[in-house]
Amino acid sequence: MNARSKNSVKAIAIGFIMPVAFLVAWEILGRRGILNSSIFPTPSRIFTSFMDMVSRGRMQKHLLISLLRVVKGFCVGSVLGLVIGTVIGLSNAANALMSSIIGLLRPIPMVAWIPVLILWLGIDEASKVTLIAIGTFWPVLINTSRGIKNSDRKLLEVGIILEKTRLQMLAKVVLPSAFPFIFTGLRLGVGSAWTCVVTAEAIAAASGIGYLIMYARELSQPPVMFSAVMTIAVVGLILDAILLRVEKRVLRWNEPDEERG
Amino acid sequence: MAEHNGEDKSVDIRGVSKIFTLSAGDLPVLDKVDLHISSGEFISVVGSSGCGKSTFLRIISGLESATAGDVFIGGRKVDRPSVKTGVIFQESRLFPWLSVEQNIAFGIHKKVDKEGRKKLICQHVGLVGLAGFENAYPRQLSGGMRQRVSIARALINKPGVLLLDEPFGALDALTRIHMQNEVLRIWSAEKSTMVLVTHDVDEAIFLSDRIVVMSDRPGYIKNVLDVDISRPRDRSSVPFMEIRKKIYTHFFAESALSLEYYL
Ligand SMILES: Nc1ncnc2c1ncn2[C@@H]1O[C@H](COP(=O)(O)OP(=O)(O)O)[C@@H](O)[C@H]1O
Ligand SMILES: [Mg+2]
Repeated sequence: MNARSKNSVKAIAIGFIMPVAFLVAWEILGRRGILNSSIFPTPSRIFTSFMDMVSRGRMQKHLLISLLRVVKGFCVGSVLGLVIGTVIGLSNAANALMSSIIGLLRPIPMVAWIPVLILWLGIDEASKVTLIAIGTFWPVLINTSRGIKNSDRKLLEVGIILEKTRLQMLAKVVLPSAFPFIFTGLRLGVGSAWTCVVTAEAIAAASGIGYLIMYARELSQPPVMFSAVMTIAVVGLILDAILLRVEKRVLRWNEPDEERG
Repeated sequence: MAEHNGEDKSVDIRGVSKIFTLSAGDLPVLDKVDLHISSGEFISVVGSSGCGKSTFLRIISGLESATAGDVFIGGRKVDRPSVKTGVIFQESRLFPWLSVEQNIAFGIHKKVDKEGRKKLICQHVGLVGLAGFENAYPRQLSGGMRQRVSIARALINKPGVLLLDEPFGALDALTRIHMQNEVLRIWSAEKSTMVLVTHDVDEAIFLSDRIVVMSDRPGYIKNVLDVDISRPRDRSSVPFMEIRKKIYTHFFAESALSLEYYL
């Protein structure tokens, strides 16, 4: 256990080498005047402006608004994706019925939805949450149905021999065996949701972290802009890490063999 | 073979044929198989690989339907799988996301209260000698232990008939012998009818009352041999070796090589 945690500390430390080296190089190039500081503010300037926004509560405000949108959209999109994905995975008829419409709608880029959604739902929350829901929906749908279609026939037979009801089969055999796929879908979904919220806010919004970037551009405040961009990156990373954690916990049985002692 | 507790555990296979319809044409796999297995009898089926042994067991279990003929268990026609007929496969088919205890509990069919359920699980964990491993996951177990879990899961409903499809085929020789002894112990405790498919001739002789020798595909019953040796059986005794020789003779009847080559 001790050796394991030591190893993971080491892994994290190694992961930090590249970003830190990158920032240091950036700082040096900026201070030497090699990088134009009006379009490439140095990391230290960005950090100062970030702390300034944090101390005035501005960053938190926008971040919280964006996160709230993500949570709403993600919940709606992933529940729909799970339910419809399960139906498609279970029923060949539903699959045949849906595959053409899915094939048609799925390639539509998220950005193309924005004007349509604004036209239908107006410029406020509903259109943004819907966009995020759509962005979450696809990866969850595709992976859930794939996971369910892939469930092991041999394990299904065990359930059949033991005279399990359809509901028991679904809850105890089919869904658990699809869990690894479902989690992949959820993780892709979170990533997509986060991208969608920033996109939606950058195009039409009066708040949120995406709005902050566009606002800073209009006011020519590159440090603010970069603060927002970096916050987006870090929050995206944290969201993925959280889901990875949950996945590891739920899918303990799926881990490669560990040393036991 | 007496009928225990009045429950009829006999298996009656009447004119069972099976033809798989493939895109390339029909594939006859079983050809008019007739066999009566008495309550509590231990039967082994031996035959070369691909001759239809698994298909035969799957038809008895109700997982597969026969193209012609019927199977009766305890006088009732089999038309679908039932908890009264347990099946143990070569791959233990455990649920990787469930612990040993949960995998065994998955077998429970009848409604029992929490207390009874606990007792039932505990009893079956003990029966297959896995006490102490209740909370382990399948990936943490050896092949032999996994097979024990699948046996416990199949036994928990007290099936009258237990079908075993090369259950120890993937185990090493020593573990296999150990598991054979376990199966004998369980058989004498549970008094269920056993149908074992195996490619291990010694395993068949060591365990069964009768041995069914199947032909190559399409499989039909070539011969049925009685094993009149008292248990526990000595694998190196003369009667044991005589039966072994008889079975090999059936296998290599058409072979150009002499029997002595194999023995
Ligand atoms: N569901 C199926 N569909 C088509 N062919 C099958 C099916 N199951 C088994 N077979 C074929 O039937 C033959 C006998 O298979 P099987 O009963 O598994 O043999 P054994 O267990 O004796 O090795 C094989 O040629 C196999 O390919
Ligand atoms: Mg087989």
